Amino acid sequence: MASEAQATESATGLPQLDFSTFGNQIFWLLVALVVIYFILSRVALPRIAAVLAERQGSITNDLAAAEDLKARAVEAEEAYRQALADARAEAQKIVAETKAAIKADLDRANEKANQEIAERVAEGEKALAEIRASALDAVRDVAKDVAAELVTVMGGKADGRSVTAAVNARMKG
Amino acid sequence: MATDAHGAAEPGLVFHPMDQFMVKPLFGDGAVGIFTLTNVTLWMALTVAAIFALLVMGTAGRATIPSRTQSIAELAYDFVRKMVEDVAGKDGLKFFPYIMTLFLFILFANMLGLLPMAFTTTSHIAVTAVLAMMVFLTVTIVGFVRHGAGFLSLFWVSSAPLPLRPVLALIEVISYFVRPVSHSIRLAGNMMAGHAVVKVFAAFAPMIVISTGIGLLVTPLSILAIATIYALELLVAFIQAYVFTILTCVYLKDALHPHH
Repeated sequence: MASEAQATESATGLPQLDFSTFGNQIFWLLVALVVIYFILSRVALPRIAAVLAERQGSITNDLAAAEDLKARAVEAEEAYRQALADARAEAQKIVAETKAAIKADLDRANEKANQEIAERVAEGEKALAEIRASALDAVRDVAKDVAAELVTVMGGKADGRSVTAAVNARMKG
Repeated sequence: MATDAHGAAEPGLVFHPMDQFMVKPLFGDGAVGIFTLTNVTLWMALTVAAIFALLVMGTAGRATIPSRTQSIAELAYDFVRKMVEDVAGKDGLKFFPYIMTLFLFILFANMLGLLPMAFTTTSHIAVTAVLAMMVFLTVTIVGFVRHGAGFLSLFWVSSAPLPLRPVLALIEVISYFVRPVSHSIRLAGNMMAGHAVVKVFAAFAPMIVISTGIGLLVTPLSILAIATIYALELLVAFIQAYVFTILTCVYLKDALHPHH
């Protein structure tokens, strides 16, 4: 009975101060700590560190890649702008060249036409002059004939030379 | 007779708030020797298993985009690593695995101890004293190895007026040696007190079986109290692990950089 009372007493006392269990607790604690330490330092911590480093690396890579792509996009835009400007300039140039060519053609054609016109005019004038000359000759011949006839009819003797001289003198007047 | 008085037949409430802390052999009923498999062994093994599950099995995928478990493992890693780096400095990182071991052991022992019927290994002063002494010895040895006698400048407050320095030195020395005591009792005391309080409220809970009248009032109240204290204990379980770890870092900082 006394021993049982003792037992209940110790049971109600603080188990934390029961020194007989200290050795057991400390032994198992050290075992647990050593095991945890080896799990952590050999497996878990290097693995997590590697994962985190890898993630950091891939984030850095992705950022660099994004930066690169952005630079390339800017470059492409620049090239597009350049191409557009070049094309505009080219078009401008072609327009100017075409205009110049057309103008040159036009000028040449004008000149040619003018020249032709002038030639024709000259030809016409020449023909006219010829016609006039031949008409004058014909008139002179007719006048001579008529004068000679008239002289003959009036009873004179038509002297060829004096008739011609008279007709020529008249026609000059 | 005494067993009868102790047993379930006893009328009234049964208060044994400290029984949960008893170290018992797992098999049989013999004395507890050093190598006996006890409930301490069991719950420490469960602590190790939980840590293994989280940090090794949880990270088995090594995924760049982590699973939930891996996220928690990485969170714990970052949490402790940052703590060590911020408090003890870059050269403290050499002790990171050691401090991580302490943190995880205390955190998981505290948390597992909150399971019903569990045994809380960290509620025992024997356990926390060993943890605290390990920290104390590590810090002291590292301090002397790194700085030799220069480590003693930790106690010589050079910023204080000269006449005060011996007095301050005495106080500093005493506080230095009190560190492991406060370090260990803080943890064990917090764990023990919370669990004991839960147990006391739990003892009030079956009041309704004994007396319906009083029980209608007391039983719901005590259940509510258990839930509340339990929530608080969850917080305490984490905070005490955190406090133990950050104090370890602070002491380590003293050892690495003893000059104020």
